[in-house]
Amino acid sequence: MNKQDMTKPVFSAQDVTKVYRSGDVEVHALRGVSLELFEGEMAVLLGPSGSGKSTFLNIMGGLDQATRGTVRFRDLELTACSESQLTRYRRNHVGFVFQFYNLIPSLTAWENVSLVTEIARDPMDPGEALELVGLKERMQHFPAQLSGGEQQRVAIARAIAKKPEVLLCDEPTGALDSKTGIFVLEALSRINRELGTTTALITHNAGIQRIAHRVFSFLDGRIAETRVNETRIEPADVTW
Amino acid sequence: MSPGSFLGTLDRKLLRDLARIWSQSLAIALVMACGVATLIIALGAYRALEETRSAFYDRYRFAHVFASVTRAPLNLRAAIAGLDGVSGVELRIVRPAVLDMQGMAEPATGVVVSIPDVGEPAVNRLYIRSGRLPSAVRRGEVAVSESFATAHRMEPGSTFSALIDGRKQTLTVTGIVLSPEYIYALAPGDMVPDQRRFGVFFMPRTVLAGIAEMDGAFNDVALRVRRDAKPAQIIDALDDLLRPYGGRGAYERADQMSHAFLDNELVQLRASAIVVPPIFLFVSAFLVNMILSRMIALEREQIGLLKALGYGRAAIAGHYAKLVVLICLCGVMLGFAAGNWLGFGLTRLYARFFSFPFLIFPQNADLYLISAGITVAAALAGATRAIWGVVALPAAVAMRAPAPTRYRSVLAGGRLLHLLFSQLTVMALRHLFRWPARSALTTLGTSLSVALLVTALFSFDSVDFMVDTVFSRTERQHATLTFGNDRSPRALQSVEKLPGVLRAEPFRATAVKLRNKNHERRMSILGLPAQTDLQRILDLDLQPVRLPERGLLVSERVADVLKLGLGDRVEVGLLEHGGRSVFVPVTSIVQSYVGLTAVMDIGALDRLIGDGRRISGAYILADSSKLETLYRAVKQTPAIAGIALKEISRSRFRETIGENISIMMSVYVGLAAIITFGVVYNSARIQFSERAREFASLRVLGFTRAEVSAVLVIELALIVLAAQPLGWLLGYGFAWLVVEGSQSDLFRIPFIIETSTFAVASLVVLGVAAISVLFVQQRVNRLDMVRVLKTRE
Ligand SMILES: Nc1ncnc2c1ncn2[C@@H]1O[C@H](COP(=O)(O)OP(=O)(O)OP(=O)(O)O)[C@@H](O)[C@H]1O
Ligand SMILES: [Mg+2]
Repeated sequence: MNKQDMTKPVFSAQDVTKVYRSGDVEVHALRGVSLELFEGEMAVLLGPSGSGKSTFLNIMGGLDQATRGTVRFRDLELTACSESQLTRYRRNHVGFVFQFYNLIPSLTAWENVSLVTEIARDPMDPGEALELVGLKERMQHFPAQLSGGEQQRVAIARAIAKKPEVLLCDEPTGALDSKTGIFVLEALSRINRELGTTTALITHNAGIQRIAHRVFSFLDGRIAETRVNETRIEPADVTW
Repeated sequence: MSPGSFLGTLDRKLLRDLARIWSQSLAIALVMACGVATLIIALGAYRALEETRSAFYDRYRFAHVFASVTRAPLNLRAAIAGLDGVSGVELRIVRPAVLDMQGMAEPATGVVVSIPDVGEPAVNRLYIRSGRLPSAVRRGEVAVSESFATAHRMEPGSTFSALIDGRKQTLTVTGIVLSPEYIYALAPGDMVPDQRRFGVFFMPRTVLAGIAEMDGAFNDVALRVRRDAKPAQIIDALDDLLRPYGGRGAYERADQMSHAFLDNELVQLRASAIVVPPIFLFVSAFLVNMILSRMIALEREQIGLLKALGYGRAAIAGHYAKLVVLICLCGVMLGFAAGNWLGFGLTRLYARFFSFPFLIFPQNADLYLISAGITVAAALAGATRAIWGVVALPAAVAMRAPAPTRYRSVLAGGRLLHLLFSQLTVMALRHLFRWPARSALTTLGTSLSVALLVTALFSFDSVDFMVDTVFSRTERQHATLTFGNDRSPRALQSVEKLPGVLRAEPFRATAVKLRNKNHERRMSILGLPAQTDLQRILDLDLQPVRLPERGLLVSERVADVLKLGLGDRVEVGLLEHGGRSVFVPVTSIVQSYVGLTAVMDIGALDRLIGDGRRISGAYILADSSKLETLYRAVKQTPAIAGIALKEISRSRFRETIGENISIMMSVYVGLAAIITFGVVYNSARIQFSERAREFASLRVLGFTRAEVSAVLVIELALIVLAAQPLGWLLGYGFAWLVVEGSQSDLFRIPFIIETSTFAVASLVVLGVAAISVLFVQQRVNRLDMVRVLKTRE
């Protein structure tokens, strides 16, 4: 990653707040979050449970709307977008990876990936995407025939197959053991490196933070600390 | 004690569950309600009619055996009364009448029946609604049947004039009455009762004998028999007694017009009580199974937890059974309400065709209990499998989430699939084939609503066809005139001379008993000129036939019941003219939808009877601008004993049938809509619930709402489309059963289903299905992506 890219933010969030209201109870999930993510950057979001990480990631991904504040993706102001604009944004620019994989059980691995390539503007071949995550041999298997880690790698292949500009991962290794977790992280960092995809990754595993360029620590709906990793480690060296 | 502890915790969960799935429960409750309501309506009306009829028959001593005769002496009474098993005898005079009613250009017709001069008849007593019975010492007094009196706003004291046996009478109404013999009163030549144009009149015996020149004689017998009597023997003995006097053959209630029509109606009511409610019970059992299975699949972890906490299997099974029973209760209550309400409507409809002095509504508490009982039983039967799954589930397994559903490749290899369809379609197809039994049952459920509609709508086609053939191709005359007695062919010239008559064709009719081996039926043989044009006879291909010089033409129904084939010789027993028996070959089998029909050339009939050339009446074609003068002339012509106005009975028939059909149609469209909604809405909801996560994932991936809805819609569309041909087939079968079940000596329904009927049935079902899916599609639009993805299923 070179310095010029770092000067041009892909994402910029300004003072984002999110309040959930259920009945007369108000939950302040985000209390003014501002940050910028740059082209090709790998960011890790850390923080205790309930600190607002997922909420923030979902707003960045256009799955949810902020209560106040602005979020921009390049020139697009997400906080001012209509539902159909957000759908188009997700379709064209964002890849998601979730803790619980969210594969479609009625489609094979290959089909789960081509689900996305069919509607993307400049996708890679589904087989190529599966090859990137090391699952070319298991293409014709249904999710029920795959292990958790394999399912997660299919989910990553599905997320990257459209060559997204940003990849948003919410605890992608949360349900996995260390060995499969490392497989998954390797796939993610390879994509970040080879395709230059801006990646935001939520984790509870403090060891994982060292593979990132920058680490944002959430606390109680705010970013308590931002840290730049002077030296990054390879996923294989992560201690679980 | 806190208010909450009145309901256990599980019961509170139950109520919340019910509140959560209220719309699905309501859809099922509606299907159940239809089952309960149709059962209550059909069986309730059946019982009411049956009870009312038997009460009327018993209290007013309706006869068991009937006979008519040309003219027999009253001194036969002792012989008839002495027949073994006879408990009551009434020897009567029955004469036709042509009536001149105020405010009615066309003549009305009727029959005049004698009653004893003093006292009540031993058989067929009269219920007096108002006024009194006519007196034998005052001339011109008459009691009038209620339906005719109502149609003409008659009251005791009203007067009108009538032509009885060629004599003009001015009659004064003394009373309005109802007779068990004329509950269903149909004018000769009519297909539905017309209260305005046909009446029954009762006169003291001496008075009527004076008018009809029947002193010391009778022409009609009505008998009551003892419970242990053998009617067949009585009929034979009575026939022997009456034969010398022109007896036309005695018959039982089953052949008595009013009784036969009422019976026919009762049979149909009972049939619909047997056929329709089970459809709803089946569909509701299937729906209960569907939503309960889904609910239990979703609540595996909760069930495991309950078991871990120490709830017994029975407690948990009971919990879900209670939910089913609660849904049933809603359905049953709705069904009771609708059944009661529509039951009244149906009874009112019957009251228009059947004249009863009173209506008896039997206590139907058992009916309510039975319908509620079988509804609950069917629903619980549907629930058993799902509930058994709960009971069998070990606590530990229940706590673990089920593995992702296993799908199979459909269409070998899957490559072809991808060439043909998008991934979204593949998803829909795989889901469809993942639960083949459920998909098949859903298809069957939807097809039942198509079938129900086809069955209801096809009667339109049949009646249209019947009206077309009967009215415009066979009976082309304006009116049929009948003479009091057979006359010489010269009478035809007098008919032709009536004002406005353009053409007249003679006919001769005589009562016969056709017999083939041990099969026999009473009917009349109609003699027509070879070159008939006004009254045409159609062959089975509906082409007019030219009457052959010899031989008998019989309708399909007659051939069926007498087991006659072409060329067979049938024994014709003449009932009126000396009672001879002759064998006649069947030369043709012809089409006829009303009554039992046997036709021959009029010359051949003359030869068969052997009393020379005679005619019984004439068919006429009239100048419609001169109808009023024609009617006036008919009312004044003594020789004319009856007139059947085809034109009027045609429109009356169309009107009545049209009304009945439109009532029936709206009922059946409603029923079909409820089934379709119940089935499609619930499948869509369950599909949505099973796949909410998938749908949310698709939305996250950037698929639009429309694209995601398409997955839902494609699967349901395939099911609903597959249901159409199946529904047509089932409907065709049901319609065939209806046609077969309603064949009787009275009428026959042609089996005709137009393509448009299938189309309309499908359009209704497709429309309702689309609306049902639309409701669920709203949920796709409101899908909360974040929430769905956060939770593991
Ligand atoms: N739909 C909702 N309604 C009400 N409150 C919500 C909702 N979603 C999230 N919250 C609340 O917002 C806060 C932040 O939630 P969020 O899911 O962002 O936390 P998180 O940092 O991702 O936690 P974890 O590490 O456990 O996933 C929490 O207090 C949570 O309870
Ligand atoms: Mg989270």
